[in-house]
This record gives sequence, C-alpha cells and structure tokens, in this order.
Amino acid sequence: MRKLLVPAVFVALAIGVAACGGDDNDSNAAGNAGSGGSSLSGTIRIDGSSTVAPLSEPAAELFMQENPGVTVTVGTSGTGGGFEKFCAGETDISDASREIKEEEAAACKSSGIAYEEVSVANDALTVVVNPQNPVECMTVEQVAQVWGPKSKVSSWSDIDGLEDAPDAELDLYGPGTDSGTFDYFTDAINGEEGAQRTDYNNVGEDDNSTVTGVSGSEGGMGYFGYSFFVENQDSLKALEIDGGDGCVAPTAENTQDGSYTPLGRQLFVYPSDQALQRPEVLAFIEFYIENASAIAEQAGFIGLTDEQVTEAQEKVAGLAG
Amino acid sequence: MAAGDRAPDTARARLAVAGARAGTAATLGRTDRGERARGLIFLALLVLAVTFALTGLGALLVWAGIEGAPRLSLELFTAGPSSLSPETAGYRTAILGTLYVIGGVILLIVPIGVGAAIYLEEYADRRHWWNRFVELNVQNLAGVPSIVYGILGLAFIVRGPASFGFVAAAGSATLALLVLPTVILASREAIRAVPSSVREGALALGATQWQTIRRQVLPAAIPGVLTGVILAVARAIGEAAPLLLVGAVTFVTVDPSFFEGGYSTLPVQIFNYATRPQEVFQVLAAAGVIVMLVVLLAMNSFAIWLRNRYERQFS
Amino acid sequence: MAARDVTAFGPRTGATGSRPRLEAVSPRYGEKVVFALLALCAAISVATTTAIVVSLIVPTVGFFGEVPFADFLFGTDWAPTFADATFGVLPIVAGTITVTFWALLVAVPVGLLTAIYLAEYAPPRVRRTIKPVLEVLEGVPTVAIGLFALYFMRPLLEDVLPFLPWQGPFAVGVAGVAVGLMIVPLVSSVSDDAMRAVPGGLREGAYALGASKMKVAGRVVLPAAISGIVAAVVLAASRAIGETMIVLIAAGSTPTLSGPWELTQSVQTMTAFIGTTATGDIATGTITYDTIFAVGALLFAMTLVMNMLAIRLVRRFREVYE
Repeated sequence: MRKLLVPAVFVALAIGVAACGGDDNDSNAAGNAGSGGSSLSGTIRIDGSSTVAPLSEPAAELFMQENPGVTVTVGTSGTGGGFEKFCAGETDISDASREIKEEEAAACKSSGIAYEEVSVANDALTVVVNPQNPVECMTVEQVAQVWGPKSKVSSWSDIDGLEDAPDAELDLYGPGTDSGTFDYFTDAINGEEGAQRTDYNNVGEDDNSTVTGVSGSEGGMGYFGYSFFVENQDSLKALEIDGGDGCVAPTAENTQDGSYTPLGRQLFVYPSDQALQRPEVLAFIEFYIENASAIAEQAGFIGLTDEQVTEAQEKVAGLAG
Repeated sequence: MAAGDRAPDTARARLAVAGARAGTAATLGRTDRGERARGLIFLALLVLAVTFALTGLGALLVWAGIEGAPRLSLELFTAGPSSLSPETAGYRTAILGTLYVIGGVILLIVPIGVGAAIYLEEYADRRHWWNRFVELNVQNLAGVPSIVYGILGLAFIVRGPASFGFVAAAGSATLALLVLPTVILASREAIRAVPSSVREGALALGATQWQTIRRQVLPAAIPGVLTGVILAVARAIGEAAPLLLVGAVTFVTVDPSFFEGGYSTLPVQIFNYATRPQEVFQVLAAAGVIVMLVVLLAMNSFAIWLRNRYERQFS
Repeated sequence: MAARDVTAFGPRTGATGSRPRLEAVSPRYGEKVVFALLALCAAISVATTTAIVVSLIVPTVGFFGEVPFADFLFGTDWAPTFADATFGVLPIVAGTITVTFWALLVAVPVGLLTAIYLAEYAPPRVRRTIKPVLEVLEGVPTVAIGLFALYFMRPLLEDVLPFLPWQGPFAVGVAGVAVGLMIVPLVSSVSDDAMRAVPGGLREGAYALGASKMKVAGRVVLPAAISGIVAAVVLAASRAIGETMIVLIAAGSTPTLSGPWELTQSVQTMTAFIGTTATGDIATGTITYDTIFAVGALLFAMTLVMNMLAIRLVRRFREVYE
C-alpha cells in the first residue's frame, strides 16, 4: 500500500497545480492577437435552447476574436432549463427557440430580473417529403388533416383535395414533443400548442433521423427547422405551403417578407437587465444583433430584416437604460 | 490396515468399491469420448462468446474510425472548439474538462467507495437493520438513471447546501455519486473473497481490526477494487446527460479549472455535434469518439498495470 | 502490546472462573476513529438516497395532486407534452422492460461465458490482454454506442433479418442489443473476479478426482462464485434499466405499449423520457415538467423492489468457504 502512496500524492498534487494554474493561460481558439485596443474583460454565461446554440456560438467566437479579454461560454440545457437558470440569476443571456412562458415570466419577476426578447434569426419550419413524391404544395388545412390530434388519415390518397397524391402509406416523423419546433408547428397548423396526433415516429432530439426516415420511405413526411433542410436538399423535398395566399416555398426571402406563413418563426435571446449593466455583455449583444444575419446564414438559418434589427437594437437600448 | 493391503475380496467389498466408483464417475467422471466432445463444444461456445464481444467492440471502433478519419490530426487534441470553422476545430478544452472532472471523481470514489465497502464487510453487524438498510441503499442507487443524479446535483451540489456553482468540481461530485455504488459493490465482492483464515491469522497474532484490514485484507482485495474503479471511471467518462443539467457547457474556449469558470467534457461536445445537420459536424463528432477512446485508454492503462501488479503478487 | 497473563487467553474455564478477555490492553481510540470514518463513508450512500428522495418527492406529490394515481400507474396512453395530455405510464414502462430484457439476453450469456473463459481457460497473457480490452467497451461514450446502433447496427440487422417488420430508423431490439453489448464487460469482469476468488483447493480437488475442465468450471467454480455472479448480473440489470443516451438515440421517442418480442418497434423508455424532457424546451414548474419527477420516482421504486428481491436471492445461494 505504501508504494501506492507516493504516486497517488504526486498525481493529486499534479491535478491541484494544474487546477490552480489553469486560469493563467487563456488560449483562444483562433489565437487572434490582432484586433487591438479592446479593453473589455469578464465572463458571459449563455445557456438555453440547443437550436439557438449554433447561432450563439459563432457570435461568441467572433466577439472573442475582437475582444480577447472576454470569455463567453454557451450551454444547451434546453429552453426551459435555460430560463430556469436565467431567472435564478445564474446566466446572463438565455437562448430560446420559443417565447418565454407565463410560469417562467413569473419566476423571473419574483427574483427581480427584467429581460427583453431579442430576435436573432428567422427560421422556416419546413415540411419535407420523399423526393419521389409528386405532391408539390399543401394547404394548411390539408397539413392539419394529416397532423391533427384526432386524425386517422393513414395514406396519402385519403387527404382531401390533394392533387397528384401518391399511392402510399403515410409515414410520419416529428420532432420531440418537448421542443420549441413541436410547439410552434402544432400551434400554427392545428391551432393549439401541443395538439397533434400521437401515432407517428417521434425522433426526439435527433432531427437527422427525420432525414433518414423520410428519405428512405416513399410515403414519408416530416417537419423540422430550415437548417436541416438546407443541409439535406439532395435527399429531401420541401413542400410549398398555402397559408391562404397561394403556395409559398420555404426560402429565405419568403420567410423574411412574411409570405411563408404560418410556418415562419423567430429565434430569440433574452438578456437580463442586470447583465446589460456590464459593458462586455452590452457590447456582445450589440455585436450579436449587428452581425446576426451573417451568422444566421452561416449556420443555415435565415437572417434578420432591417426592421427586425432596428427593433432589436431599440429593445436592448431600452433595457440597458 | 497397513498401506498396500488390498481390501478383502468379499462380495460386500466388491459392491462397495463398485458403488464408490459409480458415484464418483457419475458426478466427476473421467473423461470419455462423449465427454471430450462436449468439452470441445463448450470451449467453442466460450470462444464464440468472447469473439462476439470483441467483434462488437471492434466494429464500434472501426465504425468510429472510418467516420472520423477525415478529421484525425494532432489539431484535434490541441485546438479549441469552433462553430465558425469546424474544419479546424478541436477538443482541447473538452479533453481538459474531462480529465479534471474524472480526476475529481477518482479522488472521491476511491476513499469513500473502499471505505464504505470495508465498513459493510468488516465492521457492520448485519443483524442491525440500519446496516441492512445501507446495503439495500447502495444496491438500489446503482440503478438510478444518470439524469436523476443530474437533478440531484443541480439541487444540492450546484445550488443548495454545497453551492459550488456551475464548476467542474460540481460535475465531479455529481458523477462521483453516480458511480459510487459500482465501486462499493465491486470492492465488497473483492473484500469478501479474501479468505477469513488471513483475517483470523492476523487477529490471532494480535493485530487490531484496522491493522488487519489495512495490511492483509486490502492488499489482497486490490485487484477487485481496481476493477470496480475502472468500470466506474469508464461509466463516468461517457456520461453527458447529468453534466448538462449540472452546468457543463457545450462551448468554452478557455482552459478549465477546478473551482471556477465554465467547463465542457467530451461526451457533451460529441452529443452536441452529432445532433447538428451539417455533415462536417457529424464527422467531427465521430472524430471526438476516437479522442475519447484515446483518453480512456490512457487512464485505463495505468489502472490495469496496477491491477496486474497486485494480481501477480497475491495470487 | 504488553504481555498478559497467558491463562487469560485460554479456553473458557467455567470452573476456574476466568473468562477469556480478548480485548486490547489500551482503549484503541484510533480504532474508534477509523470505525467512525468508515461508517461515515457508508452513510454517504444513505445521504445520497435521502437527497434523491427529497428532490423527487415534492414535485411528485404536486404531480399527483393534479393527476390521479390510478390513471398514472395503469393508463396506457403516455402523451404528457401534448395539448390533450394523458399520463398513463405503462407504455414507457414497457419500453424500459423491453430494452432491459434484450440487454440481459445478450449480456448475461456472453458475459458469463466470457468470464468462464477468462477465469478458467485463458492463459494468463491472453487474460491480461482481453480483460482490459473488454473494459474499454464499457468506456465508449454512450452517445457513440447509440449512434453506432442507429447508423450501423440497424441497417445491418435489417439486411440479416429481413423478415422482421422493420419500420423507420428506430428499433427497440437494436437499442437493447446495443445496451447489452455495452454491459458485457460489467458482467464478465465482476464475474471473472468472483470466479478467480474461489479457492484453488476446490478446483484442484475436483481435478484430482478426474473431473474435466468443463465440469470444474460449470459444477464447482460457478456455484462457488454465485454470489459474485448474481451481484454482477444485478449490477448489469440496474445499468440497463438506467441507461439514457443509447435508448434515446436508437430506440426513439414514441411511447408504444408493446411486448419484448416486438423488437422492431420504436419505443420510449422511462429514462429517455426524462432525458429529453429535462433538457428540452418545457417550462420548469409546470405539470408537464413535473412528470420527470413522477417517472423518476417510479423508476426508483422499481429498482428498489428488484434489488430487494436480488439481495434475498444472493443470501440464499451464497456459499462460504473457510
């Protein structure tokens, strides 16, 4: 046993030294020592939706390149988990793929945290089918026929008024029922959040499985965020949606000008008033909004319109006081 | 009867001998042809089982290797994470985070786990209900899903009484609680397996109970204890869900430290990348699996070398 | 230690009236301290359980204030995140049981046979190589195993067994086998240690009587090591029940009430449900979020019952040598 003692103490010491010495070396990813003159420093904690994280992370990276003294960390506990930490004062900014709910707003109120809902990107919820499927466009009512809570439709030919319907069984794929995507889709199509049939393939967290499923199944149909369609355009077909004014395809332009309804949505970050008192957080949020469109496109989302940018900037200015 | 005498050649003796022979042959019979065939089949079955397990592992490694091969480079270990340029991103901060968290886990589970096992095997009187309760507890905790430990860690370690905050130490403590039952159970088996003649001999020579344990029982039990530690570390290193709840972030570019600042671990990063649509992230995730295996092998080799040494000494 | 009157250690001699005193000369405070420390270590497990119960119980009680207990326990429709929420937990319980069934079906035979091989048949060098290699299998991150099951095993199994009703990318049988593969080292390593701890004298005695290797392994060593083996199996079963990531990725998230033989179904296990919901976008403090705690409490209760049964079983069969 004695022989173990020496190496064990050594290992413990080594870990201890490394732990204490750890904060001395800040090595940034890109190692960009260039952009000089920035005197901002501090740590910014972001947490929340894993859908918005692909936006917050590049924003953080770019910001850190210009401000090497600032450390930004991004977590993905989910929109709900993010708000819980946010309203407990443990994070500075909350990523959200949906609007804050009443219970969460009440929690923030009772801990005295004020916030603003800042849009950082647009997203088009895309309905996808197998590329062999001849259907090009569906109306909202037809989609609701398929996905509605009482729906018993089991094959494509059962859908009322659908031209060129293939002679195939419906094979449905949907995202996890705890996700903002699910909430938004059900609200937009079926009129109530959470109202949807239950006999479909629930892919949970992994929208990539919707891709696998729909592309491998003749009667497949699924829905997810725009970035998943963009990445898989070769193996999937996006349906045009008729929200009352004709068939509209899910593209960046159509989402930004609002014609892709009702499935166009926004993605948000929620900064707190306390956090915005710190110069580095304020600078980061302003940076984020300014560069939001570039970041969004790089991540597969849809950028903000000029009006949205202005509105966001005004909100931030108002909250920062 | 003197040695070398033969048994009297009576019918009774003959019957007795035949009966004894038959009895022995029935239970522990000598090898005959059918027996050997069965033995070979059994051996084949054994080898098949081992091959199945090894093939499964091999397929997994090969699959990860093939998927992640395009990204394999030294950069994977030295560069920090990057969403902007995933082609050059690496796992450095995640590797360090994993090492810190797991280091903390080991520091916690070895003394506490072995201590609890010693208490349960050597000191606890099973007639007392509270000792039986502790036993049941330990066994039950082994089956609690990891995410429940995440909830526990968030409520009691990050916030609540311990109030560590979202730091690596909190992650260590949460994971330590998760794998502690594994260490305790394996250590108990190891300690139980030490023959009581060893203990009784030491006690008879005047050693106190603790001296007996420290100098005789524990050293003999070390290989089993190490197995438990190895299995526990293997489990802890692969956990993502509880750490997500307890504050591991998926993006941090600064090297972590134990008691302050954000940290990330390899499984958390890999899971994050795997659920992204872009192909380049999928490949990065697979490459991350390879990185994880390298780290795990490094950690395990030390423990296994240690276990082999102690096995040789005491078997 | 000071020399004592030797008669004090002699056998009980009622006649001479001196009872043997086998206590130490001086009160060993060090021993008492050690005892206290060790008891503290063991108490930590109790503290953990208490903490778990405490963190689970309040939201669970709140949950059952809204949802009738019978509906929860015996209902067959699990849709807590839908607008028309139903809270019948049986589908996800069935999912957990199915995954565990397949996992143990793979892990126990493979693990035990491997352990027998390692303990009784393998030459020392082979053993020293294979055992740690297998332990690597347990260290592969569950994320990776899940993805492996989804993207490699599932298509492979569909090619090998095309007559089964495969549908969609998820299948509970595949997830179960993947979990089983992962816990093989758990069964094999702990069983192997248990078998090696059987005193060599037993084996040698059997060999001397002319037993074959197979007989020694199967009839002498295995029964002697049964306590350790059962411990290994129970540990493995617990692990299979509590596994979150693999089932989340490979079994899907569609709660389905189906039997273990329907291995191509997509199901949701209790752990997968907790996993997605806790890290999803549900608002904390709602009934939907509180289902996490209710399901967690149920899981806890189930493993408790299983373990109580297992402890009884072990105690009955444990053989003590020396």
